[in-house]
Amino acid sequence: MNQVWIAIVAIIVAPLIGGLLAGIDRKITARLQGRYGPPLIQPFYDFFKLLGKTRIATSRTQFIWLYGYLIFMIAALVMLVLKQDLLLLVFLLGFAGISFVLAGFSCKSPYSHFGANRELLQILAYEPVLLLMALGVFATNGSFMISEIFESSTPLLAKLWPIFIALLVVLTIKMRKSPFDISTSHHGHQELVKGIMTEISGPYYALVTLTEWYELVLVLGLIALFWANPLWVEILIALAAFVLELIIDNINARMTAGWMVRFTWAVGLVLCILNIAYLYFMKGVS
Amino acid sequence: MGIIRASQIKSPWILHFDNSSCNGCDIEVLACLTPLYDVERFGMVNMGNPKHADVLVVTGPVNYRTARVLKNLYSQVPDPKMVIAVGTCACSGGVFHNCYNILGGVDKVLPVDVYVPGCAARPEAIIDGVVLALQKLAKAVGVAK
Repeated sequence: MNQVWIAIVAIIVAPLIGGLLAGIDRKITARLQGRYGPPLIQPFYDFFKLLGKTRIATSRTQFIWLYGYLIFMIAALVMLVLKQDLLLLVFLLGFAGISFVLAGFSCKSPYSHFGANRELLQILAYEPVLLLMALGVFATNGSFMISEIFESSTPLLAKLWPIFIALLVVLTIKMRKSPFDISTSHHGHQELVKGIMTEISGPYYALVTLTEWYELVLVLGLIALFWANPLWVEILIALAAFVLELIIDNINARMTAGWMVRFTWAVGLVLCILNIAYLYFMKGVS
Repeated sequence: MGIIRASQIKSPWILHFDNSSCNGCDIEVLACLTPLYDVERFGMVNMGNPKHADVLVVTGPVNYRTARVLKNLYSQVPDPKMVIAVGTCACSGGVFHNCYNILGGVDKVLPVDVYVPGCAARPEAIIDGVVLALQKLAKAVGVAK
């Protein structure tokens, strides 16, 4: 019964945190650009405004995939807060990403198709890193369970810092920030119209925004796992990663999709594989 | 739903369309986004997609070719929506009003909510126009103060 309550609280609180973080994001970005910036709760205004707009249906299939995106993302978040299997969480996150891509492909707009193609490239870039992260956790703890991470006395960061760096790159891709602002044109509103979001409007745009807030909290939660005890360090490390992403976003130009895949595979994947190989090598020696 | 209606006047997303303007007003519209004026303070974001927009900001006189495009864009903006004509040309046709290819102001094609005169309209005037449009919207949805 206790677990059910934890899950319900997480489902309610996560979008509030995500929306507030999005507000902080817009405020800090504005200040870095020498502007005053919108109010802190502006993302909530945008969200409720979008709920009040009329629905324009270009494809009904798209709505089903968008609901799938939300539900898989919530399921992944519930897995995290209930300290379940990390590998399964990564697969759920993958299902969520694929649902979003299929939403983009299910209408006829070429801009939407371009965005969906680029979203697929993003998944190609970050999914191996996430899988190898789960494998790295298995190599240190001997289990995929997140509860095991909380029980061990040394933080994961001590042994898995190269994977942690790779995960920071994944956070940038997941937050759709420069230099990986590829599929939705988060800042460049006029490029590709709006990428995968082109045909998603009104209440369904609000739905995607909600899912992005869940996603942000989820990925920050994965980053926080790297220093699971005590709780305040966990929160601090997630916030530090978030602020770091904002700075990276503001000092970088946007790159191409091909560059993104080459970069994440050359740096992220190599870091992960070296890390895991080193862990198994040390195990063999001792 | 009070919260939805209250939010509708807090986050106007703008779609900027240039009919056949001399680019003077367009530059002033873009000037609103710079750090000096920073319209994002009021939640305004310049969108490139009519399906995400709330406010259609139109500059320049309507000619026979752009009238079709303008109608198309307007029909893609989901309700509730507002149209603002920025600059003298968009209001009445301006110096082009007698030209053989010009229909006239934006109101020949679309229902215009706010006219922002000026050649070119100053950024302060454009921001004022958007605020006026939001007040009109607030009255329409019933959250006027």
